[in-house]
Amino acid sequence: MKLKIASFDFTCCEGCQLQLANRESTLADFLELLDIRNFREILSEKHDDYDIAFIEGSISRQEEVERLLKIRQQAKVLVAFGTCACFGGVNSLKNRFQLDETVREVYGDMAVDTLPVRKISDIVKVDLAIPGCPVAKEEVERIIVSLATDSMPALPNYPVCVECKQQLNTCLFELGEICLGPITRAGCNAVCPTGKTACLGCRGPAEELNMPAFLELVRERKLSDSDLHEKLSFYNAFEPAATDET
Amino acid sequence: MKRDYSLDIHHLTRVEGHANIQITIRDGELVDARWAIVETPRFFEVMLKGMSAERVPFLTSRICGICSISHSLASIRAVERAMEIEPPVMAEKTRLLAMHGETLQSHALHLFFLIAPDFAGTSSVLPLIQSHPDLVRAGLQLKELGNEISTVTTGRCTHPVSLVVGGLSKAPDKEKLLHLRTMIQERKPALESACTFFRSLTIPDFIRETEFISLSNGSTYPAIGGHLVSTDGVDREENDYLLMTNEYTRDFSTSKFTRLSRESSAAGALARFNNNSHLLHPKARECAESFGLQPVCHNPFMNNIAQLVECVHILEDAEELVNSLLESDLAEIITPYTPKAGAATGAVEAPRGILYHHIEIDEQGKVAKADCIIPTTQNNANIHLDLQALVQQALKEGKSDGEITKLCEMVVRSYDPCISCSVH
Repeated sequence: MKLKIASFDFTCCEGCQLQLANRESTLADFLELLDIRNFREILSEKHDDYDIAFIEGSISRQEEVERLLKIRQQAKVLVAFGTCACFGGVNSLKNRFQLDETVREVYGDMAVDTLPVRKISDIVKVDLAIPGCPVAKEEVERIIVSLATDSMPALPNYPVCVECKQQLNTCLFELGEICLGPITRAGCNAVCPTGKTACLGCRGPAEELNMPAFLELVRERKLSDSDLHEKLSFYNAFEPAATDET
Repeated sequence: MKRDYSLDIHHLTRVEGHANIQITIRDGELVDARWAIVETPRFFEVMLKGMSAERVPFLTSRICGICSISHSLASIRAVERAMEIEPPVMAEKTRLLAMHGETLQSHALHLFFLIAPDFAGTSSVLPLIQSHPDLVRAGLQLKELGNEISTVTTGRCTHPVSLVVGGLSKAPDKEKLLHLRTMIQERKPALESACTFFRSLTIPDFIRETEFISLSNGSTYPAIGGHLVSTDGVDREENDYLLMTNEYTRDFSTSKFTRLSRESSAAGALARFNNNSHLLHPKARECAESFGLQPVCHNPFMNNIAQLVECVHILEDAEELVNSLLESDLAEIITPYTPKAGAATGAVEAPRGILYHHIEIDEQGKVAKADCIIPTTQNNANIHLDLQALVQQALKEGKSDGEITKLCEMVVRSYDPCISCSVH
């Protein structure tokens, strides 16, 4: 039987739901598993009898809170889909500023409704989290297959570093740059360090995490504290306690 | 025919983001027609404050899930101009190829998945898989090609990895470029068959004169940087972007409105075509002629056709760029720099039109101030006024309520609005 799914977006760029339409060569097989009941970006039909709800984005308006609560009532499985949904994502950078000044800077005197950014699990129970900015379609495919076959999907518990080493990349620390690969959950195939740019931790902390050793590595190499802080806070995916240590 | 009719399309479907169309007709006369964007603002301009210049493109790419490469490159161009950094030629060629990949992916998504159902009379692309399998296959092939071009040039098709201030962090792999060349050549027939399908369609006959704004450099079809020009004869420097946009707020929209010489203006494929059609690849010009598309075209529905014409140009130009990268040793891909204070605008032609990022960097190499003006923002006033004129014309022609609803949805979709992007 096909999975009755729906896709909803909140405060975000909609890049994660767009990944669902990527990997075009396997798209037909992927769609075979799905009965898409509600997906505003690509479908005009709307039905409210879905079982699995993919939630993209973070929450930053009251209207979004109410919409999310309604979806939670309907969904048997609620999936936090992408980094914004799982951790707040880059949107959380807004929380460093005063709300009223933020609105004034962009809109002048016009009244605009906005709240501090929250992740999905701050509002409702999340059954399954798929991190990534954006999510990796290969991983989404694997998880959908798990759901369709009633087995429990799991994310890698080891860090990005493992995947990076498998690709025989030069370590960015060797090139004098802070990379969050040693502390971030794998599953992206180390796409950023493979492209020679630092991992910014979009997939959140790995389960096998040694934060003190990581901070020691940064200090040993006399790398910039402010750069470390900027990277750790980029997606709001690491606990404030960890960033405070810097 | 005297009638009352009120149309409220709450969260228009098959567009990126959240917006409503509201039309009120009383005694057969139009009372009000509105394009109301209700998308949640994210406040990127505020988020950017205090961020180190090198990280800016990684944040601004997250403004949009469809045109992340354009945002990344607009920021990179602004920062490079502010700090007087000259990227190497091969980096510039790779960036242009990356833009082609993104535009192809975006145009294919729009043409085959978002608007084709309107013309085929279905509510989504899913029934088209059965009724028009060749068309859907062609769309998927072109979208996949666009994504592959972006992946080979930037490391990933959404939210690029290797586009950095100064150039590229990593050169594209030659083996992958060779594969890309084959893929481009193999997929040209898919585009030809798509053109045949689109030629069989009846494009709604609707004209409302407006001003078309795009980049122009006088020698190549525009993509990254150049002069800011309009079909009303305006020609300005890139840093004068504020004089081209004159942003203002409307209380029914979280996305701002802009204007230049008239009440409204338009950006996008049709604007690029209207200002630069002579610079298209000859095959693309031929394609335009086959649709009777000539500058200056004032029918907004023809933006769809202008996108298709651009796809023809992109496939030809991308093949030449791949060849040129293959001939190079790709050794020099980044210019080293030391951050310094400065301010500049970076303008690029995103898939949906001219995109401006203006960035001011302080002595510490951090962002002091940022401003982003999005293509869809520059189309809002035009969409708003098109809706009014279109409904008035449809009433005169005695169109039914259902026909008016469909035309309103179709004219908005023709602009390919990127709504969350426009609110950012």
